[in-house]
Amino acid sequence: VMFNGLCLKGFWLYSVCAMRDTILNSHLAAAHGLSDEQKEFQKMAFDFAAHEMSPHMAEWDEKEIFPVETMRKAAQLGFGGIYVQPEVGGSGLSRLDTSVIFEALSTGCVSTTAYISIHNMCNWMIDTFGNTEQREKFCPELCTMDKFASYCLTEPGSGSDAASLLTTAKLEGHHYILNGSKAFISGGGDTDVYIVMCRTGGKGPKGISCVVVEKDTPGLSFGKKEKKVGWNSQPTRAVILEDCHVPVTNRLGQEGQGFNIAMRGLNGGRINIASCSLGAAHACVQLARDHLLVRKQFGEALSNNQFLQFKLAEMATKLVASRLLLREAAVALQESRSDAVSLCSMAKLFVTDECFNICNQALQMHGGYGYLKDYAVQQFVRDIRVHQILEGTNEVMRMIIARSLLSESG
Amino acid sequence: MSPASVFVCLSLTLLSDYPVIRVKPDHSGVVTDGVKHSMNPFCEIAVEEAVKLKEKKFIKEVVAVSCGPTQVTETIRTALAMGCDRGIHVEVSGKDYEAMGPLQIAKIFAALAKKEEASLVILGKQAIDDDCNQTGQMTAALLDWPQGTFASEVTIDGEKVKVVREIDGGLETIKISMPAVLTADLRLNTPRYATLPNIMKAKKKKIANMKPADLGVDMVSRVEVLRVDEPPTRLAGVKVETVDDLVAKLKANGTI
Repeated sequence: VMFNGLCLKGFWLYSVCAMRDTILNSHLAAAHGLSDEQKEFQKMAFDFAAHEMSPHMAEWDEKEIFPVETMRKAAQLGFGGIYVQPEVGGSGLSRLDTSVIFEALSTGCVSTTAYISIHNMCNWMIDTFGNTEQREKFCPELCTMDKFASYCLTEPGSGSDAASLLTTAKLEGHHYILNGSKAFISGGGDTDVYIVMCRTGGKGPKGISCVVVEKDTPGLSFGKKEKKVGWNSQPTRAVILEDCHVPVTNRLGQEGQGFNIAMRGLNGGRINIASCSLGAAHACVQLARDHLLVRKQFGEALSNNQFLQFKLAEMATKLVASRLLLREAAVALQESRSDAVSLCSMAKLFVTDECFNICNQALQMHGGYGYLKDYAVQQFVRDIRVHQILEGTNEVMRMIIARSLLSESG
Repeated sequence: MSPASVFVCLSLTLLSDYPVIRVKPDHSGVVTDGVKHSMNPFCEIAVEEAVKLKEKKFIKEVVAVSCGPTQVTETIRTALAMGCDRGIHVEVSGKDYEAMGPLQIAKIFAALAKKEEASLVILGKQAIDDDCNQTGQMTAALLDWPQGTFASEVTIDGEKVKVVREIDGGLETIKISMPAVLTADLRLNTPRYATLPNIMKAKKKKIANMKPADLGVDMVSRVEVLRVDEPPTRLAGVKVETVDDLVAKLKANGTI
């Protein structure tokens, strides 16, 4: 069944609104096991996603629009610093609350939600490792999204091998002089606050520190905007540092603590990214289900076809399994359990892989229509593909899990 | 003198976007078990208006009220998260709830408004599941208060309220004295999203519990629903070749 352009937008909006409610309703219920408060957060996030994000998802992707106004609206609701402390403007919620919120927001637009999660991660890093002056200087404006943040760890020569980074920070008087370049920085060029991991000491992780570089600092420049398969509502650029003078007072924590700060940020970041994959997968299961009920071939609805029934059942099963693992990892992290790092890695690995497969299957079930940009399913597939790569590749996740299993205490 | 308190009366309805509502096999009503319920959209607009009036400092306190089973406390919590100060849950369940109609609800709201000395009672103009559009009007009649229904604009002017009403002929502006009853129409405002901090603060706000008997309200319904049916299935049309054929067919089946 084909729709003309005008009908299509309405159809998409309708189907997302109906989707939101059936998502909260169905046997895949994302609301199971949540407290009343968490259900309120979830409902509100779903509403925001359905009304403020979903109608624009395709346009933001096609025109590569960084939706600043919409994100600031989200920040007004408390989404700018979800797990940042209230005394600096944050919402002070738990990792599980955060996961539930990002999962819901992703149904409206994965790419934008993923950027919001990166922004939140940076905000938290300053909140947690910064001193009073730094927290008071940066966090309030990040919480309102008056300013936006970027996380700068990866370099052209160091991705998975993050600790081998080469960007140097030489101490001269009251400043560090930064030299080097960062690659694939989400928001790069359009954001205001850059959390940069750089080398102040010797080789390896212990020589790395974390500094906050502000936009318009002389010596800070950006590469061209990358052309990506997905995540198009956030600009991605190289961040270039040439004799960039950063005040020592902008260093978070101690010299040599930078790698640890970066990794602690990523634990939560992994929960968040996996949550985005989860939301996308749930939306796609819904879209696939609706399509199967409507599309007829060989004289009957596709939903009468046993293979497709079984496939849908498998997708739903993997979705629920993913959600349970992810929420368990979120709880482990917020309780600082000893297995938290390992669980976060497991959750990121499992959830991003399974959810990509679910979205991909959903696209297949749409047949030729699934390949058209008129249908949302392809954007979910394109947007979450990168979740298996960034914030630590799924291969690196295996390294972390294996190390934990094989260590003395494992 | 600014009015003391505004009562916002909420209705919990079957969700508007829910794709399939089924008639019960015995035709006594509609299946509500397992169907997602949420705050009636017009009631959301009513809450938003009340909270806005409080923010503009025209009123001191907004109380969210709803009648029904335990489920309605969720609705009251949402209203608290949007900015209401406290809630009242009037417990009605089981057979009483099934038989509960606009008159019973209006009696409860009227009794409460009198008891708590409300200056304004704001409701949604109608519930989207039954479309009765009666509760507000009945509440005003029971209280013998003026009513401003289908409000698309509300302004407080001293002891009076100026209400712009959406009527068939266009817009009508009236001025009524307080205490008064208002019902919210679609274009009155756009309800806010509850913010994360407000959702958390709502947990600490109080929801009082009471029963219709505590207010001296008799819940017996004078209306008996005899039967509920689905609308007739749409029949296929007939294609004709010419206008003459069309006229002939319409004449033949008695339409013209």
